[in-house]
Amino acid sequence: MQDFLEFFSFTDANIRYVALGSVLLAASSAVVGCFTLLRKRALVGDAVAHAVLPGVCLAFILSGTKNPFILLIGAFVTGWLSLVVIDFITSRSRIKEDTAIGLVLSVFFGIGILLLTAIQQTGNAAQSGLDKFLFGSAASLIGEDLIAFGVVAVLLLVAVVLFYKELTLLCFDQAYARTIGFPVRGLELLLTTLTVFAVVVGIQAVGVVLMAAMLITPAAAARFWTENLKVMLILAALIGAFSGIAGAFVSYTAPSMPTGPWIVLIVSMIAILSFALAPGRGWIARILRQRRNKTRILEENLLKLLYQLGELRQDYDSARSLEELLERRNIPRKEAISGLQKLKRQGYLQQENKRWLLTPEGEKRGRRVVRLHRLWELYLTQYLNLASDHVHEDAETIEHIITPELEQRLIEELNYPDLDPHSARIP
Amino acid sequence: MNAFWIILTGSLVATCCSLLGCFLILRRMAMVGDAISHAVLPGIVIAFMFTGSRDTIPMLIGAGLLGVLTTFLIEFFHRFARVQADAAIGVTFTWLFAIGIILISVFAGQVDLDQDCVLYGEIAYVPLDLIITEGGLSMGPRTVWMLAVVTLLIGLFIVLGYKELFLTTFDPAFAAAIGISTTLWYYLLMGAVSLTTVASFESVGAILVVAFLVAPPATAYLLTDDFKTMLGTSVLLGIIASFAGYYLAVWLDGSIAGAIATVTGLEFLLAFLFSPSHGKLRRQKRVQTVGH
Repeated sequence: MQDFLEFFSFTDANIRYVALGSVLLAASSAVVGCFTLLRKRALVGDAVAHAVLPGVCLAFILSGTKNPFILLIGAFVTGWLSLVVIDFITSRSRIKEDTAIGLVLSVFFGIGILLLTAIQQTGNAAQSGLDKFLFGSAASLIGEDLIAFGVVAVLLLVAVVLFYKELTLLCFDQAYARTIGFPVRGLELLLTTLTVFAVVVGIQAVGVVLMAAMLITPAAAARFWTENLKVMLILAALIGAFSGIAGAFVSYTAPSMPTGPWIVLIVSMIAILSFALAPGRGWIARILRQRRNKTRILEENLLKLLYQLGELRQDYDSARSLEELLERRNIPRKEAISGLQKLKRQGYLQQENKRWLLTPEGEKRGRRVVRLHRLWELYLTQYLNLASDHVHEDAETIEHIITPELEQRLIEELNYPDLDPHSARIP
Repeated sequence: MNAFWIILTGSLVATCCSLLGCFLILRRMAMVGDAISHAVLPGIVIAFMFTGSRDTIPMLIGAGLLGVLTTFLIEFFHRFARVQADAAIGVTFTWLFAIGIILISVFAGQVDLDQDCVLYGEIAYVPLDLIITEGGLSMGPRTVWMLAVVTLLIGLFIVLGYKELFLTTFDPAFAAAIGISTTLWYYLLMGAVSLTTVASFESVGAILVVAFLVAPPATAYLLTDDFKTMLGTSVLLGIIASFAGYYLAVWLDGSIAGAIATVTGLEFLLAFLFSPSHGKLRRQKRVQTVGH
């Protein structure tokens, strides 16, 4: 608890730096990541992250210093080059995009490792610390570095705000953007540049391998909570920022813990929870929805059966046994019983010594399902000219879906019909 | 002698990876291979913690399980949670890799593994770990023996399952129609990829595994249209890269794994420019002659 207060009061300048740094880095890459994710090019970020290494090493070899701006320029050049190479390979040969990404990623990184180890062998004392690009170290962000990366992170966020409309169009409707005269090539270049910047900056926090997570994971998590791009961007930034600060906190309380992997672990847990729990798009929400639909269909089928039996015998007021129902339609016995019990609780059915009777509400609902079924059969035969023996299956499905508005339209289109194609009366 | 063992190690890894890589890139699953090669890390660390040693068998089992789990998680996120495919891959492998690194830090005192080794291996140390018989006779490095066994297994797997692998790769619908389970062969292939990754992990690191999985098959794909030729060519390219990469590394005094990956990239560049059937330059020339 004391650690917690000490950390979040931000009295220590060092803590302020690290916390601010992690938040800026994580949030800016999360925002850019949203656009690459929506363009279905999420893994490109992984390639850029790996391709940054040779650039850093070359910049060091050529300049002989570890000035963060010079290293950033080197990183930027090779990162950008890697994206150009991926595009070139995929557009000019039969190599597919995933192969091109894997190829560029491993070869660029291999070159980087070769250069890095060669530099280390030279015994140049200035080289120590170059390998922090491999695994990142948000905790060691201080002074000059922090200012350099902070500026880039803020510029990224500003660029996204300024070009919000253009980038949105690029993600969702490229053809339209081209038609109304947007410079699509230029915008792609802009997004590429933003991606490379985000990677170059984010690598400081989490390192080469885990950088992909900083781009992909917050965006993928945010995507599950909203359909609105603005909300998604803000959510992704918040998720990124939260993981950034939480990771910094963990490595503050336990100094032997690496910051980057903790940031990624936290952001991944948020993402996995989002995949499972998000309302609407989440996995559990969808399972529940499927189950709800299934029980509704079962209930409506049971009510329909009871109504049809009443119609058949011209007697809606006497109770039917379970066997009578199952004789007409093959429903697993257990499901049928639990469905009937539930309908009774909802007030659609009454039970008279093991026999079932429709209440007025049940009769109304059952009648409606039968009516929709027959209306749809009639519609298919009249408007699509289907043979009357082909329409039953389709009507079985649609009878559970048609809304009251659609029902009204159907009745009007069909001129208030009395009989369905099988000459049964439409109730 | 050291050079021989190192190049042999590289060539064995190249053989396994290139063979499997051909199937991966044609299934458009190159990045799944990349994901597995990173995600086996926690498996290795956990096996390490349980046995407290660098025994090969528990490590193979631990990491192999993790490899299959990775495939399963990617499928699960994609199919059941409807995460878009590339994001599912990205989220899964970074998550598992992060767990691996954290585990290494937690058990830093007990685990003789460091982060660098994970990425680019220690192929230079391969000749140091020898199997010595009771008579004092050296049988060669332990790693080479293990890789030889794995290469043999992968070779057998591909020879015996060639028809099934071929069909499920090129025509899954037809394969399913004649009763070959695409799911089973998918997981078998991924299991083989995990096995290879783990076996190669210690010696060459994750990055060279990915390079061998993708680059030689992609190069061979530009050189030939026949699948069997493609398998053979990519193995050959991988072995050439191991040779050339070793001497490049010696010359630059740098990482051998890095140098080999660089050479595989060069091979691809050459094929991309000069391939008789699909090369950039040849193609332009052909267009010109047609134009005349």
